[in-house]
Amino acid sequence: MLVSCNSSEKKSEPGYGVKKESPTPKTEASTDFRDNKGVGPVTSVTLGENIDTALAEEGKTIYANLCMACHKPDQKFIGPAPKGIFERRSPEWIMNMILNPEGMVKEDPIARKLLMEFNGAPMANQNLTEEQARAVLEYFRTL
Amino acid sequence: MKTFLNSFLALSLLTLVSCGGSGNQKSSAVNASAAEKAYVAPGELDEYYGFMSGGFSGQLAVYGLPSGRLLRVIPVFSVDAEKGYGFNEETKPMLNTSFGFVPWDDAHHPELSQTNGETDGRWIFINGNNTPRIARIDLSIFETTEIIEIPNSGGNHSSPFTTENTEYVVAGTRFAVPYPQKDMPINEYKGNFKGALTFIKVQPDTGRMNVEFQVLMPGFNYDLAHSGKGKSNGWTFFTTYNTEESNSLLEVNASQNDKDFIAAVNWKKAEEYLAAGKYKEIPTSYAHNVYDEKSHIATSETIKTVKVLIPEECPGLVYFLPTPKSPHGVDVDPTGEYIIGNGKLSTDLTVHSFTKVLKAIEDENFDGEAYGIPILNMEAIVGGVVKDAGLGPLHTEFDERGNGYTSFFISSEVVKWKVGTWEILDRAPTYYSIGHLMIPGGDSQKPEGKYLVALNKITKDRYLPTGPELTQSAQLFDISGDKMELLLDFPTIGEPHYAQGIAADKIISKSVKYFPLDENTHPFVTKKESEAKVVREGSNVHVYMTTIRSHFAPDNIEGIKVGDKVYFHITNLEQDWDVPHGFSVMGANNAELLIMPGQTETLLWEPKTEGVFPFYCTDFCSALHQEMQGYLRVSAKNASVPLKWSLGE
Repeated sequence: MLVSCNSSEKKSEPGYGVKKESPTPKTEASTDFRDNKGVGPVTSVTLGENIDTALAEEGKTIYANLCMACHKPDQKFIGPAPKGIFERRSPEWIMNMILNPEGMVKEDPIARKLLMEFNGAPMANQNLTEEQARAVLEYFRTL
Repeated sequence: MKTFLNSFLALSLLTLVSCGGSGNQKSSAVNASAAEKAYVAPGELDEYYGFMSGGFSGQLAVYGLPSGRLLRVIPVFSVDAEKGYGFNEETKPMLNTSFGFVPWDDAHHPELSQTNGETDGRWIFINGNNTPRIARIDLSIFETTEIIEIPNSGGNHSSPFTTENTEYVVAGTRFAVPYPQKDMPINEYKGNFKGALTFIKVQPDTGRMNVEFQVLMPGFNYDLAHSGKGKSNGWTFFTTYNTEESNSLLEVNASQNDKDFIAAVNWKKAEEYLAAGKYKEIPTSYAHNVYDEKSHIATSETIKTVKVLIPEECPGLVYFLPTPKSPHGVDVDPTGEYIIGNGKLSTDLTVHSFTKVLKAIEDENFDGEAYGIPILNMEAIVGGVVKDAGLGPLHTEFDERGNGYTSFFISSEVVKWKVGTWEILDRAPTYYSIGHLMIPGGDSQKPEGKYLVALNKITKDRYLPTGPELTQSAQLFDISGDKMELLLDFPTIGEPHYAQGIAADKIISKSVKYFPLDENTHPFVTKKESEAKVVREGSNVHVYMTTIRSHFAPDNIEGIKVGDKVYFHITNLEQDWDVPHGFSVMGANNAELLIMPGQTETLLWEPKTEGVFPFYCTDFCSALHQEMQGYLRVSAKNASVPLKWSLGE
């Protein structure tokens, strides 16, 4: 824990605050994240061997229009960054988080934890269609 | 004890003036089961929407029935700081008139659009009485989307009262005025002032209104109206008072004639005369304001002429139906056969038979004429009289079982009677002094006679006192049985005049949840956060800002100068139901913005002093709502601080 205050020895910026503990990567429970498909309309997604670039391009536009106000592609902002998300979440989980954020934060343990990690900032339901969410998923593969 | 005494006194008074047998009922005589009938459990939805005029608030209030829960106040003719209506740049044109910006009116009679004589849940119209106007509210978004000013009118009271397929809404002037307006002595009213009855055509697909024509009538006062239906479709009936054409002390002088008239206007005939070119195109000036649901912007247009039909030159266009004692409401039963004149200074209801009216016209059974308009022989047209019904009849609504329900202001009661036999079936006291009454669909061809709402003028001891002004009030009755049963008192915004009710499922399915961003055509829209920016054009600064839970982009702006006009064009990027964001900035001389998901709204801010000023979101939007805030740096007029904007830097 790092407590910042005006000490005589160290010149620091004006201000006072107790910084949050930097999140130490903890190993999640032994369950494989790939088995967690989340809660929502999507139960099974098949990713093609190669990235469908046309679909990814479409997803990029949708993402820029409807998601980017809170999610920068490669850095934490209001919410987490999608870069590398396939190493952490199943495709079904990702789509369900997009399509059913209210249900996910209520019922999915990871979504609940993320909500708290991000100060209670709710994931906005931007009412994407399943096809649009699939396109965004394909775009995530390019990150 | 005091309350009890007051109630007792009030009841005694009522008993004295009541002609019927209602005096023995007690105000507290509500059955225990009544609460159950009006109770809508938490989380449950009401069965009906009730739309009640806001009277001198200028607005339209939406209630759930039977619970009487207030759901929304729709700003119509008056500015509403809560919603930014009339304050934001987009809606200011809605309140434009030939007199300039008019921020208030007196709204009396809501009227739902109809298809085949049945309410269809598409639009609701309401009249502005003071600066004559009609507004149309789109019931998919519960917002006022059109207001049309009525030219050559002195006060739009007998309005809007739709025809059975919403071909027209009407606007009869309450006050006769010089036509066209000019400087002349008031006491030369008689014979010189005129009363215009205006027919506003409604486009069947869009609801868009236009003043189709006016009928130039004698200088009577046109009080209320209803359009014919079924067999009487094609006609609209307007009551008159002050056929004496008095210009002073009307309280006495307008009650001299034993009979006034119901003016029956044959609008299908009017269409023939229009097609034949028998109209005069008269110069005038009136505003027509339309709100576009894609750009979210209202525009106001001034129209310069109106087509006028003169009854003397158009035989068969108008007839007068003599009706006793200053009839107030005119109501047409669901079959269209009976036209009820509620002669407010009478104890009887005079009912004209439309069949007999047509016969009298055919036989030219006239009793003279007034200003070239034939007066039908009253004996020849009366279809029945509801005798000794009460004191001060004002309005009648109907159920689907062949009953009429009439409000009696002076004897403060609702009287139920049988259409056709004219016998009185039941009476129920109201607390107090009922004006209008409403049954869902009760002025259409398809009434749903389960509930009746009494809209009262006086509440006296019915609610906790709130200083000199007491709450306005409505009362809900169950009318499904033989006897009317009082279920509930509930407060309303003031003052409620007429109301409309409609089954909730006719509206729920059409209700819009958010505006799709990709359909937003606002010229200052910001469709994604990356496009947020600030642009200076001389001393005008345009801020293209976005909102999403829970931040503004940008949220730090520098380089604004004293004397600038700063336009915040804010687009709410949310695409979900019930997530509006508010925007308020310190020292703004107007109001807040309340921006619906997918909508763009604009607030003008004119900083007067240097400093750093906060802005924030006013509508609780998430757990981080309190953090949804930002700063504006305002520098001196001649400062060289560069224009700069950022988020998260």
